[in-house]
Amino acid sequence: MAIRRRDFLKSSAVAAASLVLPRFARGAETAGIYDIERFGNARILHLTDTHAQLNPVYFREPSVNIGIGEMAGRPPHLVGRAFLEHFGIRPDSADAYAFTSVEFEKSAGRFGKLGGFAHLKTLIDRLRGDVGEKHAMLVDGGDLWQGTGLANIMQGRDMVEVANLLGIEAMTGHWEFTYGEQALRDNLEHFKGEFLAQNVFLTEEAAFNDALAFDKASGRVFKPSTIKELGGHRVAIIGQAFPYVPIAHPKRFTPDWTFGIREEELQKHVDALRGADKVDAVILLSHNGMDVDLKLASRVTGIDVILGGHTHDAVPQPIAVKNAGGTTLVTNAGSNGKFLAVLDLALDKGRVSDIRYHLLPVYSELLKPDLGMAELIGKLRAPHVTDWSEKIATPDRLLYRRDNFAGPVDELICTALRTELDAEIALSPGFRWGVTALPGQPLTMEDVLAETAITYPETYVQEMTGAQIKDVLEDICDNLFNADPYYQQGGDMVRAGGLSYACSPTNAIGSRISELKLANGKALSAVRHYKVAGWASVNGQQGAPVWDVVGRYLRSGRMFQERLGAGVTLKGVDGNPGIAG
Amino acid sequence: MTTHTGPHPTRRLILQGAVSVALIGLGNLPFAPVRAAANDKYPEEAFKLKNEADAIKALYGRTAEPSDKIKLDAPEIAENGGVVPISVATTLDKVTTISFFVAENPNALAASYKFPDGTIPAVANRLKMAKTSNVTAIVEADGKLYSATKEVKVTVGGCGG
Repeated sequence: MAIRRRDFLKSSAVAAASLVLPRFARGAETAGIYDIERFGNARILHLTDTHAQLNPVYFREPSVNIGIGEMAGRPPHLVGRAFLEHFGIRPDSADAYAFTSVEFEKSAGRFGKLGGFAHLKTLIDRLRGDVGEKHAMLVDGGDLWQGTGLANIMQGRDMVEVANLLGIEAMTGHWEFTYGEQALRDNLEHFKGEFLAQNVFLTEEAAFNDALAFDKASGRVFKPSTIKELGGHRVAIIGQAFPYVPIAHPKRFTPDWTFGIREEELQKHVDALRGADKVDAVILLSHNGMDVDLKLASRVTGIDVILGGHTHDAVPQPIAVKNAGGTTLVTNAGSNGKFLAVLDLALDKGRVSDIRYHLLPVYSELLKPDLGMAELIGKLRAPHVTDWSEKIATPDRLLYRRDNFAGPVDELICTALRTELDAEIALSPGFRWGVTALPGQPLTMEDVLAETAITYPETYVQEMTGAQIKDVLEDICDNLFNADPYYQQGGDMVRAGGLSYACSPTNAIGSRISELKLANGKALSAVRHYKVAGWASVNGQQGAPVWDVVGRYLRSGRMFQERLGAGVTLKGVDGNPGIAG
Repeated sequence: MTTHTGPHPTRRLILQGAVSVALIGLGNLPFAPVRAAANDKYPEEAFKLKNEADAIKALYGRTAEPSDKIKLDAPEIAENGGVVPISVATTLDKVTTISFFVAENPNALAASYKFPDGTIPAVANRLKMAKTSNVTAIVEADGKLYSATKEVKVTVGGCGG
């Protein structure tokens, strides 16, 4: 897969987005896309949702990411050509490949894998060096410690070591919490940066029992923010952890902590930073998800920029949101190490006078891997690589996960669950992490783990009535399509195997899901009981880990022999630019 | 245990933990329909009614108007539907009662508190919620009724990004 220089040359015209200026060609050197014109006096580099992908990956962006209500037709709910047109990206360019699913298979051969921490290290060091240490900082928006078999078995410790070498100075969290309090605290002892979360508090019982907290008076479990001097100015970074950890994941991981968006506490904290601490800029390092951040930006005042994550939206330009105190810029920086965001600030006394923002695709073939980081990655992986390197199957088609309703990875998992556990119906969570495999690419256990490695992987089989199944689908669908972003949790729709249905995203909860049918075409009966298999339940389960079930299925060589029926039929969203034409 | 009597933090913390819907029915809370503030009778009928509007009518005999002087603090999505922390504070003067209604619960009236003269009008409690519902707080102040409403989602959970 030799990269052709001219392919990158073509793409360089749109290589880096600026809030103010359209993209310009940047000269003859292809790696010149990383030559960013010096601007302002402070540079913040932002990584998010890398999901522990140490090495470069293929990752296909979604072709279905529907926004409804106020969210319809605006970033991040644009996909495919609508996305390219909105941001002025050429369809055959490297950026089109990085930011969208347009001609993904074809482009994957031309432009190769993205991300990888050794490549990120090279890029980050260069971008820091360009402005000088006293003008730059690196932050991570969370979901750094989870997403691979290695991170799972090491409970995220591998990523702490990588983060230290990379120089992450502040981070917040989401999946980090699913290792439980003890593992989280152990990791943070080794982390050289700061873990920030303004929105994690002790429960009243835990406070009463004198549980460990950063600040007993407020009940805040973690330090809410840090102030860093950049370019002679004071910049506050506030951490906003994923607000719905105990709802999206088993509560047993965080029994003493309560989360939430905590708008009011956030506002008070921003006011204090602006007032008593006299900072010149306030940045929110957020794991809310982009729709939540856009709403929050319209209601909370005094934040200059929200550096966002969680929803894995690679949005090339910030979105400006007006509120009672001024304007807040909202970004989202993609996932899996594919992108590095560069926020350049022109700071004055007490204010940000101007900014430039670039969301740089991390083209691994344009960046020389940093030797020190490559060595560390090799050392961390070595004890496990052999165990996971056996080739267990070679799929004949593209395997990806990301889309609102379905994808081949989850189709495979559902088929494996139904076959191995002898169930009529399978349900699989709509995670947005998990990498892409090209057709003909042999799969290893490491690849299977990259789609399944969580701390509650136990499978289950249970009897559910048709009515219960519909209720579950309705409930999760509302997490995606509630008209109010504060009532959304992020993630995608639960994947259904052996079951097809119609979905009307614009309807209210209870009336979105209809026409439920089994794989044999028979209508699902509300009262009949069905055997349902699944994994990643928030309730404790006892079955084998899902990766073992999927591994067993793949080793049997059956793969995609059973194709599903109609899948999901969408209603009432014709022409929505969140669906690729 | 009859009412929340003061702002002392320790006492309030303990009360927050102690008051729940399950206990309300056992309490000797001194309320009665129509003349809630003046009557000591337990509002048995109001607690039995299923519908929110009926329960409000039985408890107060009239309807409330929305007020931005009531701060209703409740989570957007409940971490545990069995114990949803919900609190109210208000800047309204002469508050005599504060009541909580969960429209979709089997019985809409969840709790009602009486405030003697000179008490800071703030109350925190935990409500059991069967499913996603609007939660309404009604404040009786100077003989008039005011309300604030927020939706609290109760979800099966799972499937985070």
